[in-house]
Amino acid sequence: MAFLNGLKCRECGREYPAEPLNVCDFCFGPLEVVYDYATISEVVSWDRIASGPLSIWRYQDLLPAEGDDPVDIMAGFTPLLKAKGLGKTLGLNNLYIKNDSVNPSFSFKDRVVSVAATKALEFGYETIACASTGNLACSVAAHCARAGVRAVVFIPSDLEKGKIIGAAIYNPVLVSVDGTYDQVNRLCSELADDYPWAFVNINMRPYYAEGSKTLGYEVAEQLGWRLPDHVVVPSASGAMFTKIWKGFNELACLGLLDGVPSSSFGVDQNTVHHPAVTTKMHMQQAEGCSPIATAWNNNQSHVIPVRPDSLAKSLAIGNPADGIYALKVIEKSGGSAYAVPESDIVDGIKLLAETEGIFTETAGGVTISGLKHLAKSGAIKPDELTVVYITGNGLKTQEAVEHVVNPLSIKPSIRSFEEAFKGVK
Amino acid sequence: MGKQRVKFVFEEDLVKQPVIYELGQKFKIVTNIRRAEVGEDVGWVVLELEGDESEIKRGLEWVSSTGVRVDPLGGDVIDG
Repeated sequence: MAFLNGLKCRECGREYPAEPLNVCDFCFGPLEVVYDYATISEVVSWDRIASGPLSIWRYQDLLPAEGDDPVDIMAGFTPLLKAKGLGKTLGLNNLYIKNDSVNPSFSFKDRVVSVAATKALEFGYETIACASTGNLACSVAAHCARAGVRAVVFIPSDLEKGKIIGAAIYNPVLVSVDGTYDQVNRLCSELADDYPWAFVNINMRPYYAEGSKTLGYEVAEQLGWRLPDHVVVPSASGAMFTKIWKGFNELACLGLLDGVPSSSFGVDQNTVHHPAVTTKMHMQQAEGCSPIATAWNNNQSHVIPVRPDSLAKSLAIGNPADGIYALKVIEKSGGSAYAVPESDIVDGIKLLAETEGIFTETAGGVTISGLKHLAKSGAIKPDELTVVYITGNGLKTQEAVEHVVNPLSIKPSIRSFEEAFKGVK
Repeated sequence: MGKQRVKFVFEEDLVKQPVIYELGQKFKIVTNIRRAEVGEDVGWVVLELEGDESEIKRGLEWVSSTGVRVDPLGGDVIDG
């Protein structure tokens, strides 16, 4: 069962029942899930988690949907790899990669959609919809196929082909919109008022976003119930970034970190900062769409929306809803935000592929180039425990690296091969 | 008559413009501010608009034409 008390406005604190709502009726602030942590603390334990499935649903006590029969395509529990090759290149001796590109639909979106889809069915919806920059469309379509319900996914028409095919293969109603992601999202928010559908990132948003907490839980569990000194995370809206932080703090308050006794969540569950959580949160955005990083680096208290123009389309959200909350997490954690030059994105993809054998999408190129910047600037010391999150698979954005295809073209003879091979280092 | 929840974002050069006042004067729209914040470099206002749908649409087009960014509130943009 879900240990859920309801929803609460993040701005004015008004409380609501656990229904398909995402905005406070009074002040129009975003609604967040409120948990019954007193009960959770009585049932949750390392053993109980370890006895669960090898998916995000091993943490079902900490998720806002019923975990007994979830819509589960086995999202989560992805590898945490010691990155010896990349670490050596960057001068980081204690670097790990959380490889979330190997989720069933090849991005971290499977985590959030599994929670949202499960909740949508609990609410009785028969159609699940989304506005998407690509990865979400793939994940919603896949989960709906699994659940046997209709998917309606809206995407900007200029998406990478790999993402369009990656969604279309599951046979959703695929709607290609001639506009930017922000415009697609505006359209969907209007449709959400008129159609009885579960839009995962609109009326399901409070539940959906919680799925990203599992990125924090898993890293802690895979490190032996301890937290890294630094995490490096790509960011679009800022939601995943803030939820990883929330996950770390939940574990601390529930006494689930090694050597950390349980403690109160205080007045506001969603902003609690346990003193044992000393992880520095480093956000990476692409320069062509970096409203949060820009605000942080200019000491602005507000995030000024931008018109996205970036190679990293999955990060191209010009008006980040959680931007202001992400800024607070950076500040509390002593972290940073960096706008990665567009020209460095492909270099980041290639560096990860050539040193670790992991092919990531453009968002991962942003993250790796951001990590390189952090290492070079000394913000991360060589022996500090660092985890870099790779959230999407390179097969979806192959266009970005097509130029790497440069084979030795030979005749089918040894002589031809040896002649061509002479020039190879 | 209909209602629409929107967010206006004013960049620095527009912060001093009485855009919401003028919206109510130029169009048959009732403006109801619910939340707002104004900083040195940017300001935002979350408000509910009430009026005929066509009038709200025309009004929002006018607001956009002034340079103010208009976003729907129901669908706060999150990762997609």
